[in-house]
Amino acid sequence: MKKPIDREREVTTTGHVWDGIEELNNPLPRWWVWTLYATIIWGIGYAIAYPAWPLLTGATPGLLGFSTRAEVAADIAAVEASNAGMMTALAAVDLTTIDSSPELHGFAVNAGAAIFRANCSQCHGAGAAGGKGYPNLLDNDWLWGGAITDIAYTVTNGVRNEQSPDTRYSQMPAFGEILTPEEIQALVNHVLAISGQEHDAALATTGAALFAENCAVCHGEKAEGNREFGSPTLTDAIWLYGGDAKTLTQTVTLARFGVMPAWSQDYRGASGLNPAEINAVATYVHQLGGGE
Amino acid sequence: MSLPDAPPSLYAARQPVFPRRVKGAFRSLKWGIMAVTLGIYYLTPWIRWDRGPSLPDQAVLIDLSGRRFYFFWIEIWPHEFYFIAGLLIMAGLGLFLFTSALGRVWCGYACPQTVWTDLFILTERWVEGDRNARVRLYEAPWSLRKARLRLTKWVIWLLIGLATGGAWVFYFADAPTLLHDLISGQAALIAYTTMALLTMTTFFFGGIAREQVCIYACPWPRIQAAMMDEDTLTIGYRDWRGEPRGKARIEGHGDCVDCMACVNVCPMGIDIRDGQQMACITCGLCIDACDDVMEKTGKPRGLVDYFALKDEPIERAGGKPLPVWRHVLRPRTLLYTALWSMVGFGLVFALFIRSDIDLTVAPVRNPTFITLADGTIRNVYDIRLRNKRQTDQTFHLGVTSHDPFALQIQGADGDSVIVPADAVLEVRVYLSAGPDQRAALEDRTAVRIWVEDVESDNRAYQDTSFTGTGKDTNGGDHD
Repeated sequence: MKKPIDREREVTTTGHVWDGIEELNNPLPRWWVWTLYATIIWGIGYAIAYPAWPLLTGATPGLLGFSTRAEVAADIAAVEASNAGMMTALAAVDLTTIDSSPELHGFAVNAGAAIFRANCSQCHGAGAAGGKGYPNLLDNDWLWGGAITDIAYTVTNGVRNEQSPDTRYSQMPAFGEILTPEEIQALVNHVLAISGQEHDAALATTGAALFAENCAVCHGEKAEGNREFGSPTLTDAIWLYGGDAKTLTQTVTLARFGVMPAWSQDYRGASGLNPAEINAVATYVHQLGGGE
Repeated sequence: MSLPDAPPSLYAARQPVFPRRVKGAFRSLKWGIMAVTLGIYYLTPWIRWDRGPSLPDQAVLIDLSGRRFYFFWIEIWPHEFYFIAGLLIMAGLGLFLFTSALGRVWCGYACPQTVWTDLFILTERWVEGDRNARVRLYEAPWSLRKARLRLTKWVIWLLIGLATGGAWVFYFADAPTLLHDLISGQAALIAYTTMALLTMTTFFFGGIAREQVCIYACPWPRIQAAMMDEDTLTIGYRDWRGEPRGKARIEGHGDCVDCMACVNVCPMGIDIRDGQQMACITCGLCIDACDDVMEKTGKPRGLVDYFALKDEPIERAGGKPLPVWRHVLRPRTLLYTALWSMVGFGLVFALFIRSDIDLTVAPVRNPTFITLADGTIRNVYDIRLRNKRQTDQTFHLGVTSHDPFALQIQGADGDSVIVPADAVLEVRVYLSAGPDQRAALEDRTAVRIWVEDVESDNRAYQDTSFTGTGKDTNGGDHD
């Protein structure tokens, strides 16, 4: 039978007619169809060679044994191997002179930034600006010292930490059990006065005597603080918990007991940091703008 | 509904095309364009250009690892990628312009697919002979001679492909060094992979797929229809002159002697006498072929010719067609020309006002400000300083605002820093405002950070802002 022809267009039709409407046949190129078959065959081969079909716990593994997880693990291992030399140098470095080796310093800052984000940012914030009760590491005020070795020591041993015998330790008494509320108000007004805030002058004068008697031993006679006990300066613009009358009253009455992990120790199955990592994070924190 | 006894196939095998050799004005033009375009492509990487000791001496080089694009006296950095974007926009507008004025002139003369296919057909003709010989060889059963000819052709095609892929990688590395490394087997794996891939695609597209690429794979033929109108010059057949076609001696026949010359020379394997069609790339070879026949039969040239659809009714009525410039010069092409020139002038202008020194400022937003022990407010900025000169330069940073600020570069003495030659230096910069300054108490203060190359006096700046405690916003006292 001769193919039906749409005369005007000189195109064959498929022979299908509905209510006088014919379906034209503009044939696809044959290689195109072969390409389709080729992709199907490729797809079958791919599904056999690579992980493909989802199962209850995972997927069919594929003959080539390919795994994205294994690839990532291999990539990480390769990076760690290529960093091994730097990490060894970092573990043994004298932190006070790390500035003199720009390459090692740059490596430490980058590695330290990664370690900081993973381990420290939960309390100190991703930008290291801290929060109420968690020190801001960007400013020039340090409870336990802002030299790079001081920072490394704090990271290694933690603050008020039970795991490390060398931890930074001090304990402020809860003056609510020692002084009367009126005396505490006087004390608070004295602290407001020496930090340049609005205060009651009469109460502040009473408070000055109370301060010399109860607080100066740790905070210093001029309230300049003492890094030996991690006792803060009370005359500056920086407050760990807050410098207003209400917060100060709370602090004096109940005391504060901020803690920090000793990062050289493992804790509850989570591994701590090795010496190279501690040196890296100390270098990172030291160069954030407040280091001494 | 009715069903035929045997439905026709929905798939059609490719009809092989054996273009015949042709001589003429358009063929010569195409040879010329082929020589120029291929010459530019293959030879450009070998042009040398002295830029001094520390920079590559290749005139055109895309240095991916160094993140530089060198073009003779121009050096483009990644942040100046708008030049490339601008060139691409110009290429697009240029295609619009040429298509609306001259139809598919790009497809017919300058498209790499056309140029390389032309080159492949040329080698095919050298090895296997002209059209009739090739048809005979195609239909002949396999023999030693056929195998020898086919093999010779394929080897030449592969060599052309290899040269094509090879030329490509030379744009990305120092060409003489890379050629030496490629031959001695020391080049990077990616160089070999790229070459192998481009060799195979050149061989396949130019040798095997040819017109199938234009008809089925390329989106451009489908888009072009939107840019053409009845003033666009396209190739057509003057059927009012040619029909009814047939032997010239017989009375009543038109000028077309139905010699099939136009069909036989067509690289797309179409018959232009069927009218305008998507598969026509307007290469002009059918014009050359037909003019040749018209001269032999003593008829005027131009039975197959470039003309605009607008002329068709005029010519049918016996009138003279409009002059070409009346077709080409029209609002649409003028608009495309204006846009194209605007982008071009913009790029040239941008090129001339480029500075050797540049900075970008990214204020650190976590936290927005830092309070120091004495109440000073500090803002931190990550600043990238670009030194495009070939010597190390001392850059001096400064700040202007309605409030005085102290500026300190971390790790540097004060506000000056040495930026290495042809490099970007990232520095952290602190701006500080004393506890009682307006900037410390306000929410935001506008600041302009300057960088000055002490030696050349070049300056650049970027505007940013300084964040304070906000205690004094709206006249103060609000917290």
